[in-house]
Amino acid sequence: MNQWQNFSKGFFKENPVFVMLLGMCPTLGVTTSALNGLGMGLATTFVLVMANIVVSLIKGVIPPKVRIPTFIVIIASFVTIVEMTMEAYLPSLFEQLGLFIPLIVVNCLILGRSEAFASKNNVLSALLDGLGMGLGFAMALTILGATREILGNGSIFGYSFVAQDANTLLLFIMPPGAFIALGYIIAIMRKTAKTS
Amino acid sequence: MEYFLIFVSAVFVNNIVLSQFLGICPFLGVSQKVSTSIGMSGAVVFVLVLATIITYLLQTFILDAFEIQYLQTITFILVISSLVQLVEIVLKKVSPTLFQALGIFLPLMTTNCAILGVTILNIQNEFGLIQGIVFAISHAIGFGIALVTFAGLREHFDTVNVPEGMKGMPVALVAAGILSMAFMGFSGLVS
Repeated sequence: MNQWQNFSKGFFKENPVFVMLLGMCPTLGVTTSALNGLGMGLATTFVLVMANIVVSLIKGVIPPKVRIPTFIVIIASFVTIVEMTMEAYLPSLFEQLGLFIPLIVVNCLILGRSEAFASKNNVLSALLDGLGMGLGFAMALTILGATREILGNGSIFGYSFVAQDANTLLLFIMPPGAFIALGYIIAIMRKTAKTS
Repeated sequence: MEYFLIFVSAVFVNNIVLSQFLGICPFLGVSQKVSTSIGMSGAVVFVLVLATIITYLLQTFILDAFEIQYLQTITFILVISSLVQLVEIVLKKVSPTLFQALGIFLPLMTTNCAILGVTILNIQNEFGLIQGIVFAISHAIGFGIALVTFAGLREHFDTVNVPEGMKGMPVALVAAGILSMAFMGFSGLVS
């Protein structure tokens, strides 16, 4: 039961984006479409899970004073792996996400989980925590990306459902739309969380 | 003239926070008060310029020279995190009040994507050292302008009546969206 909680808390109760407001840069920066959001979310999930596992494995060995730089090096190694793999196998997504791939390193969510959870818990808990948090993050990015894509482009996952020359709310594809859409989604999430 | 174009484009047209989405964490986190946001901006200027110089030298003389560019991410983040530590130590000694005001946000500078983002952009744009420094200063100033303006807006939220569900972060995000819209008015200024 406890392990299930480690996994499931990332989706709603402690959702990294909607509740804890961590990792806002990629959240706002890459979510111009649902696909980009999902890709970014899954890349982050991989790094988060691997970093959590490694940190949890070597938690007894790291001297407390240099733990933050150590965590960062571990995270940066996995980010480099993701970067190279994505460039080789998913070049178009790599192009779209651009600068935000190396910037996974500085996603506060990953360092936050290493520091707050993985360095204090066993490997299985850390793995489940990373997986839950990562998928919660991916879910949030996909929801935001889908919202912006539907409103701004009249399509979802690239499938258009409006006429070619239809007037869509272009604002939502542009930077201001990211802030406004996320603001309202958080407000709606809070409202539903309270009433249920 | 070239430097002026870099400056205008970085501060207004491609504002680092409002149109490139770098440095959102401190932008949302330290913008409760104008005074702390000014301190944060100062720290960003300092760290960003230092980081740009050091990463430029590292990239040219080590990573490029030995053709190990794939180590870029790891190298840069290590340099930045040690720099942040240095700023922390200096600030603690020189200005304890500012140190207290910035509190937990100084260590968070390590995970400020604005710093790593600008240093990487610098290399990607193939800027020289002087261009890179101008680029870094302009971006840091752009960050400061956005942060201080936003803090000024947020201070007013305490006095107005906001609907229950929108309190706190949602209304701040919507305000940031409107501020970002205002900055879009600058687009086309530099082609």
